[in-house]
Amino acid sequence: MGFADIAFYVFAILVVAAGLFTVMARNPVHSVLWLILAFLSSAGLFILMGAEFVAMLLVIVYVGAVAVLFLFVVMMLDVDFAALKAGMAKYMPVALLIGVVLLMQLGLVFGDWQFAETAETARQAVAPAPGETQNTSALGGLIYTQYIYLFQAAGLILLVAMIGAIVLTVRHRQDIKRQNILDQMYRDPAKSMELKDVKPGQGL
Amino acid sequence: MAEFLDTGFGTFVIILAQCLMLLGFVMISLLFLVYGDRKIWAAVQMRRGPNVVGVFGLLQTVADALKYVVKEVVIPAGADKTVFIMAPLVSFVLAVIAWSVVPFAPGWVLADINVGLLFIFAASSLEVYGVIMGGWASNSKYAFLGSLRSAAQMISYEVSIGFIIVGVLLSTGSLNLSAIVMAQDGAYGLFSWYWLPHLPMVVLFFVSALAETNRPPFDLPEAESELVAGYQVEYSATPFLLLMAGEYIAIFLMCALMSILFFGGWLSPIPGLPDGAFWMVAKMAVFFFLFAMVKAIVPRYRYDQLMRLGWKVFLPMSLGWVVLVAFFAQYGLFGGAYARWAVGG
Repeated sequence: MGFADIAFYVFAILVVAAGLFTVMARNPVHSVLWLILAFLSSAGLFILMGAEFVAMLLVIVYVGAVAVLFLFVVMMLDVDFAALKAGMAKYMPVALLIGVVLLMQLGLVFGDWQFAETAETARQAVAPAPGETQNTSALGGLIYTQYIYLFQAAGLILLVAMIGAIVLTVRHRQDIKRQNILDQMYRDPAKSMELKDVKPGQGL
Repeated sequence: MAEFLDTGFGTFVIILAQCLMLLGFVMISLLFLVYGDRKIWAAVQMRRGPNVVGVFGLLQTVADALKYVVKEVVIPAGADKTVFIMAPLVSFVLAVIAWSVVPFAPGWVLADINVGLLFIFAASSLEVYGVIMGGWASNSKYAFLGSLRSAAQMISYEVSIGFIIVGVLLSTGSLNLSAIVMAQDGAYGLFSWYWLPHLPMVVLFFVSALAETNRPPFDLPEAESELVAGYQVEYSATPFLLLMAGEYIAIFLMCALMSILFFGGWLSPIPGLPDGAFWMVAKMAVFFFLFAMVKAIVPRYRYDQLMRLGWKVFLPMSLGWVVLVAFFAQYGLFGGAYARWAVGG
């Protein structure tokens, strides 16, 4: 067993264990921390497969941004998770049923998976020769040259989803005081201050 | 000896020795950086600064570190013990890990990986966890407020740092840090470096680096006038030492990144002089001096101003710059100053 094999088993066990603890941890913040460990370990698995670019993206996007926001939200929630979990026994049979059905469906799909005759050649046609190009440029070529329209369409869908979410949730409140940054910046002492000559004993 | 070094164990020993050398460099420079920081700050405020321990007070940081190590570790009663202890470790380890891809001279790099730039970006984006975990686990309102501020702040400025990095990356065509430095090698010495074509981004990167490392004027996570010391209020002894060391190492890393991305890394500024690690270290020292000066002379930002600067000023500017650089590079404008794929990547 070489070093890569040992590393694979370490990362694989870490992913599964961290995933389990994500579900089982009592404290939601601990759950998010376990989730982060799962993300990092799967990044390690990607590196073992030679996909260093995807691994780094996983760390930057999921761990560096998404999980930080998770943590941000979870830390501010004041939810008693013990109370929420009290009803777990009641829903357990349904959850188990759904889980088993999902597992069976996945088993059916992958158990009966057949590759088309042309699949291999079709993949070879677009995949750059390994060893010649860098991972990053190979991926860039595929996304931005070969499949540019699909990629842009995916981006557009995300944009629409984002705008939709904003439109649904934004509300312009008229009853609050807003600050105008430009006004603040262009204020000078001449406009905001006035010197008055106050006579003793009289006041203004 | 040569045979031993070719075996698996020999390679392991070599890598271990290299790691220790790098760690030694970082830790020793850390000692003098903290000293330099305090000394510069003192000079601006016309104080003497540390001047008692050792010649000119040079050993002050060593004495401080020693003091932290021998003190008692106090963990608040309501704290989440595991996370509380893990936070300083996370912040220290992540700060050190990023150094593994920093090249000091041709070939003088621990891990010459293709995605070096992304690796540093990833490590520095994870550093926020040290702060968040520390603030939450302390179970204290001040610490928690500090960590919330930090989370929002670091995420905001990471975005603009990312786009600034993309500009340099477009010019070079590679994510390898050595390749980025090589691409800046030219006949005109310091005028071949990226700071000239990417001039606006140099300023933006410097300011974003200040915000990303929680340095003044953006040190709102630990704003002592309102939050006592922010996320590190409850920390004492060695954990506090680790938090602080992690912070300084991250700052020093930003100095290294600045000199690699925009100021030619180990390349000499004058064409006749030899290149070498000396230049790299000298540039890092100059940028640290700038960081220290900013701390001394700029007042702290208000939190809403900080957020506005990040999202409404830096983000559009750096995004626009990426588009502009892509345009310049594609059509080889300005004598190919923006497209150096042939030289570097």
